Amino acid sequence: MSTTLSARGATDMSGTSAPSTTQAPAHQTVRVPMVDANLPRLKAKDVSVFYGDKQALYDVSIDVPEKAVTSFIGPSGCGKSTFLRCINRMNDTIESCRVLGDITLDDQNLYDSSLDVVELRARIGMVFQKPNPFPKSIFENVAYGPKIHGLARSKTDLEEIVESSLKKAGLFNEVKDRLHSPGTGLSGGQQQRLCIARAIAVGPEVILMDEPCSALDPIATAIIEELIDELRENYTIVIVTHSMQQAARVSQKTAFFHLGKLIEEGPTEGIFTNPRDKKTQDYITGRIG
Amino acid sequence: MTDTSAVSVSDRPADVAARLRKKRYAADRRLRAYGIGAITVAVGLLGILIATLVLGGYQAFTQTHVRVTFPISTQNVDADDLRGSNWRAVVTEGVENLFPGQSEEVRGLGARILTNNTQFFVRDAVIANPSLVGETLVLEVPASDPYDQLNKGVLDRDLPENRRRLTDEQIAAYDIVEEQGLVSRPFNWALFFNADSRFPEIAGLSGAIVGSFYALMICFVISFPVGIAAAIYLEEFAPRNRYTDIIEVNINNLAAVPSIVFGLLGLAVFLQIFGLPRSAPLVGGMVLSLMTLPTIIIVTRNALKSVPPSIREAALGMGASKHQVIMHHVLPLALPGILTGTIIGLAQALGETAPLLLIGMNSFITSPPGGVMEASTALPTQIFIWADSPERGFVARTSAAILVLLGFLITMNAIAIFLRQRLERTW
Repeated sequence: MSTTLSARGATDMSGTSAPSTTQAPAHQTVRVPMVDANLPRLKAKDVSVFYGDKQALYDVSIDVPEKAVTSFIGPSGCGKSTFLRCINRMNDTIESCRVLGDITLDDQNLYDSSLDVVELRARIGMVFQKPNPFPKSIFENVAYGPKIHGLARSKTDLEEIVESSLKKAGLFNEVKDRLHSPGTGLSGGQQQRLCIARAIAVGPEVILMDEPCSALDPIATAIIEELIDELRENYTIVIVTHSMQQAARVSQKTAFFHLGKLIEEGPTEGIFTNPRDKKTQDYITGRIG
Repeated sequence: MTDTSAVSVSDRPADVAARLRKKRYAADRRLRAYGIGAITVAVGLLGILIATLVLGGYQAFTQTHVRVTFPISTQNVDADDLRGSNWRAVVTEGVENLFPGQSEEVRGLGARILTNNTQFFVRDAVIANPSLVGETLVLEVPASDPYDQLNKGVLDRDLPENRRRLTDEQIAAYDIVEEQGLVSRPFNWALFFNADSRFPEIAGLSGAIVGSFYALMICFVISFPVGIAAAIYLEEFAPRNRYTDIIEVNINNLAAVPSIVFGLLGLAVFLQIFGLPRSAPLVGGMVLSLMTLPTIIIVTRNALKSVPPSIREAALGMGASKHQVIMHHVLPLALPGILTGTIIGLAQALGETAPLLLIGMNSFITSPPGGVMEASTALPTQIFIWADSPERGFVARTSAAILVLLGFLITMNAIAIFLRQRLERTW
């Protein structure tokens, strides 16, 4: 884990200054090292994103610790969702979108042309802002991923995967009697847990969550947050959230984005109690954003 | 601090506010009234159309029949050569039975009461049942057109003799038959089960219905897969650039091309270059599919567009490939819309006349087509032919045929609505 304040600073000091792709004013991310966190397997280095001519993200570098929750906070339009969608290459679907820089998982570049996007998305699952179960049965929703990736050899195999995924998502007891009724008939919170079960079913290493609770009521939110805390045991989780309280509650590491730049990253506790950057301080005290 | 002078609604004097409110409500009421007025006009016009058709056409749904007893004497009919027998003589003897004890002259006048094809009806009945030879055959024979009109009251007895189709003597001869209770007016099944004929009393729509059915099948088989594949490519795969824009504009233009142009194209390409048979439902269906294709493409693209992006994202996020996203999620969700659009497109094709005229589907054909390569008419062209015929009986039959066509169209649209409500899923 880097102990220097800035990854960019380190490269500059070594004398091989990388050609900057942007004319944006230079900024330095304030980095506070993580204490006793797992080593990162997912790393981003100098990631810039353009939508057409418009730059949405400026040289973001961050390490995501293994089996921990990392949260991205920041005001609307700050690029945190854009960055999240770079991690499983969901931005590929947007035609005008260009991504520069490196994102690596186990030292394998996710933007390498030899990498299979379909396999990548099985390794890095995603949960979206609005619960979006398929208009199929609960069982079919969870079974879909294992089916298309050929993970189940038999029907009983598949049933086991579905059951264990629903259990991990804390939904099994609520739906075990109606596995074949439509997933869209569940409540919002249950739908979101169904989506989490669906993501888990293909056995991902990383789960990306894009504001997973923003469409839910406080009780459903609390259940999901509890679930995220449990899932941390087995999965690396990256969550984008608008709620600073949520970031403080569920995450171990927090990164603050502002206007497309990563302003500050570090242990969650430190960011909220002792922000080093003035912008971070302004944001968490409610002065900007 | 500068004064921002924000005006709030409550600052306004009460009378001004009341006047403004009144104006707004009046505008609301006017807008409503325009809407109701427009609907009334539309419904009224539709009512006039349907009423005219029903009034003009209802009489074609019944047909005057005369019960005739034909003696099938061995003198006229040879059991070994039924087709070559003297059926004309049999009919003459049957007509004699209609006028017991009347003079030769009256019988001669009465011979025209029965349809011209009576001898063929008798022949077919005896061929179907050869044991009748030597016995008598009782048959309900359609009355020829003028007498049918007389029975239905269309032909007015009170007109001066020189202004009606039947003379006083002919009417007198008919009355003799009617007094014996031999005249009936059952439902006109022949309208649906007979093919076209020169004689209105035995002309029917079966050839046109079968021809239209074949043409629509061909049209569906061509335009449905091609249309959906084209729409999927344009919506899901094609990059947004100048070429796809040009294609899109051209597809939209194609939907607006007058149908007769497609007919000319069919004539020039399908008949002249490919040498396909004239008047065939195959060519008709191909021409109609040119017209349905843009409709289906546009409808399918809209249906694909209306599938919420969250479903695509969910599937992509699971690691589904593009093909899996489309085939497993997007297409099934778009299907109700696609089917509805397709049926409406086919309904349009069913009513299309001009292109069929140019490829010769308005010929006079007296038997239903046995296949897609045989000459045939279609429902709208049959209406066109009948509307052109001078016999009085074809006037009512034209209206009746229009009602039949409208019936098919309403049925197809009802199926479309039913499918949409049945298959539509919520998400």
